[in-house]
Amino acid sequence: MTLIATQSLTKTYGRVTALSDLTVAVEPGIVGLVGANGAGKSTFIKILLGLLTPTGGQVRVLGLDPVADTAAVRARVGYMPEHDCLPPDLSAAEFVTHMGRMSGLPGTIARERASETLRHVGLYEERYRQIGGYSTGMKQRVKLAQALVHDPDLLLLDEPTNGLDPAGRDAMLTLIERIGTEFGISVLVCSHLLGEVERICDAFIAIDGGRLLRSAQLSEMTTSTDVLAVEVSEGVDELAARLAELGLAVRREDRMLLVSLDDEATYDVILAAVAELDLPLHRLDQRHHRIAELFARRELADA
Amino acid sequence: MPEPTSVIHDIGYQRYDGPRLGRRHIFGSLYLHGLRTAFGLGRSAKAKIFPWLIVGIMTLVAVVFIAIRAYTGQVAATYAQFAGGMSWLVIFFVAIVAPELVSRDLHSGVLPLYFSRLMRRTDYPLAKLAALITAVWLLLGGPQLLMFTGAAFSVDDGMAGVWQELLDLVPGLLYAGVWALVFAAVSLLVASLTGKRAFAAGGIVAVFLMTMPVVGVLSILPVQAVNQLAGLAAPSSLVEGVGVWVFRRWVVDEGGPDIDIGSFGPLYGAVVLALVAGCLLLLFARYRKVSSS
Repeated sequence: MTLIATQSLTKTYGRVTALSDLTVAVEPGIVGLVGANGAGKSTFIKILLGLLTPTGGQVRVLGLDPVADTAAVRARVGYMPEHDCLPPDLSAAEFVTHMGRMSGLPGTIARERASETLRHVGLYEERYRQIGGYSTGMKQRVKLAQALVHDPDLLLLDEPTNGLDPAGRDAMLTLIERIGTEFGISVLVCSHLLGEVERICDAFIAIDGGRLLRSAQLSEMTTSTDVLAVEVSEGVDELAARLAELGLAVRREDRMLLVSLDDEATYDVILAAVAELDLPLHRLDQRHHRIAELFARRELADA
Repeated sequence: MPEPTSVIHDIGYQRYDGPRLGRRHIFGSLYLHGLRTAFGLGRSAKAKIFPWLIVGIMTLVAVVFIAIRAYTGQVAATYAQFAGGMSWLVIFFVAIVAPELVSRDLHSGVLPLYFSRLMRRTDYPLAKLAALITAVWLLLGGPQLLMFTGAAFSVDDGMAGVWQELLDLVPGLLYAGVWALVFAAVSLLVASLTGKRAFAAGGIVAVFLMTMPVVGVLSILPVQAVNQLAGLAAPSSLVEGVGVWVFRRWVVDEGGPDIDIGSFGPLYGAVVLALVAGCLLLLFARYRKVSSS
C-alpha cells in the first residue's frame, strides 16, 4: 500500500501559493520531507492531517482521504508539531496519559502505554517530574511520545531536531530510525537540513517554494553504495594516504573521508589506522545513501 | 557493528490492537481532566492551594452554621441562602480556575495536539465548560450536603424532619446550579480570550465586580420598572433575581431585606438562558478560530 500519494496537490491562501501541483507517491518506511523554511512543508503536513482542505488535486494517506475520512486518518496518524506544545505544570507521565485518552485509548490502557512509550523514547524516572523543568532534548522526547502513545501507523514529525545540540540531534535521529525499523511505524520527517535526515530515510520528498523539487524512493539502491564517513580533527591527509596504502577506496569531502564499506573488517582497518597515526577521531559512521550527491548531480544535469 | 546478544527486561515495542474509543470517551476524558485540574488534582502542590483554600473557607462556614443550629436550634441560613451568600467567594474561585482550564492551554500551545486528534472543535469548550460548571456546583453543593448531614442529626422529629430538610436542600442545590451555570459560562469566555492567566483572572473579577455599581445606580433611580430590572445588569444580581423568582421561599427571609424584581421573574430566567447560550456560542466561535498548528 502506498503510504502517501498526492496528485496535482495545490493549496493557495488568497493570492499566496503554498503548494503547487505537487504529485508524489511514497512507500511505507522513513520518508524525509526536505525544504527550506517556508517551502510548504507545514502546509503539506496539515493537509495530510485534514487540518487544511486542499484547493485542488487529490491526497491519500494510508489509502484514505484526509478530507472525507478525517477521523479515520487521524486515528492512525501521530503528529509532533514544531513549536512548543507542552504544559509545564504536568508530569510527562500525566500528560502523555491524557493525550493517549484524547486519542481514544481507554483509561488504564492509556496509562500503561504512556509509561511504555516514555520508556521507549528514553524517559524513565524523570517522567514523574514536571515538564517545565525538562531540558530541550527531554521535551522533544515528550513531544514524540505523545504522538506515539496511541500506536499510529504513520508519524508526522515537524522539525524534530529543532533546538537540539549535535549529540541531541544524533540521539533523536537514532530514535526515529528505531521507530521506523524496529517498531514498524512509518515516519514522515520534516527538516530544512537534507544532510541531517539523509542517513535515516528510505525515501525523500524535496520541495521548494511549494513545488516538488525531487522525490526518490531509495529502497532499490544497492548496499554497494554504502560508505563510511570518517572525521578526524587533524591529519586528514595523512589518514587518507594511509588508508589508500591499505588498499581502501578513499574520497575526500570537505573535512571528511568517505571510505567504501566492503565488509565489516573495514571498520577495524580504519580504527587501526587512526590509532596508529594517533589522530583524534570525531566520527565514524555508516552512510547508506549519498542523497545530497544524488540531488546535486541531478540538479547540475538539469541546469 | 555487532548487536548486543541479550537485552535484559526489554520486551521491545508492542503494537496496540485493543479498543480505540470514540467521541464520547474523548469528551468524557477531557471533562474529567478539567474537573481534576479545577481542584489541582494531578498537579503540583502550588496548584492545589487556592481551590482548597476556598473549599476550606466554605466548609468552615458550613460547620459554623451547623454548630449554631445544634446549639440554638435556629436556622442561620437556608441552603439556598448559603449558596447566594457565598457568591463572592465563587467569583474568586472562577477567576483562578477558569484561566487554569483554558488560558493555560492557549499559552502552552497544547491546542494543536487536541485539534489534530479526533476531537471536534466544539467539544473542547463544551467539555471545559461542563467541568467548570461541575466544579462550581460541587464547591457550593458540597458544604450544603455537610449542612444537611449536620441537620439530619439535630432534627427532633425523626424521618419526617429529615424529609422536610431534604425538601429544603433540593432548592439549595438547584440554586447552586444556576450560580454555577452563569459564573462558569461568563468566566470561561473571558479566560478563553487570553493566554495570560493574570490578565484572564483580572478580566473575570472585573466583569463580575465592575458591573455591580451599575446595578446600584439603576436600583435607586426614581422609576420603579428600572429598579426592578436593575438586577439584569450584573451576573450576580441576575442570578439573585432568578433565585427570588424561583426559590423565593428559601432565598428571602420573612421581614428581611428583599430584592424587588416585580413581575419580571420570567425575564430574569430568560436572560440567564440567553447569557449562557450566548457565552457558549462565542466560545464556539473563539475555538473555530484558534490556530491548529
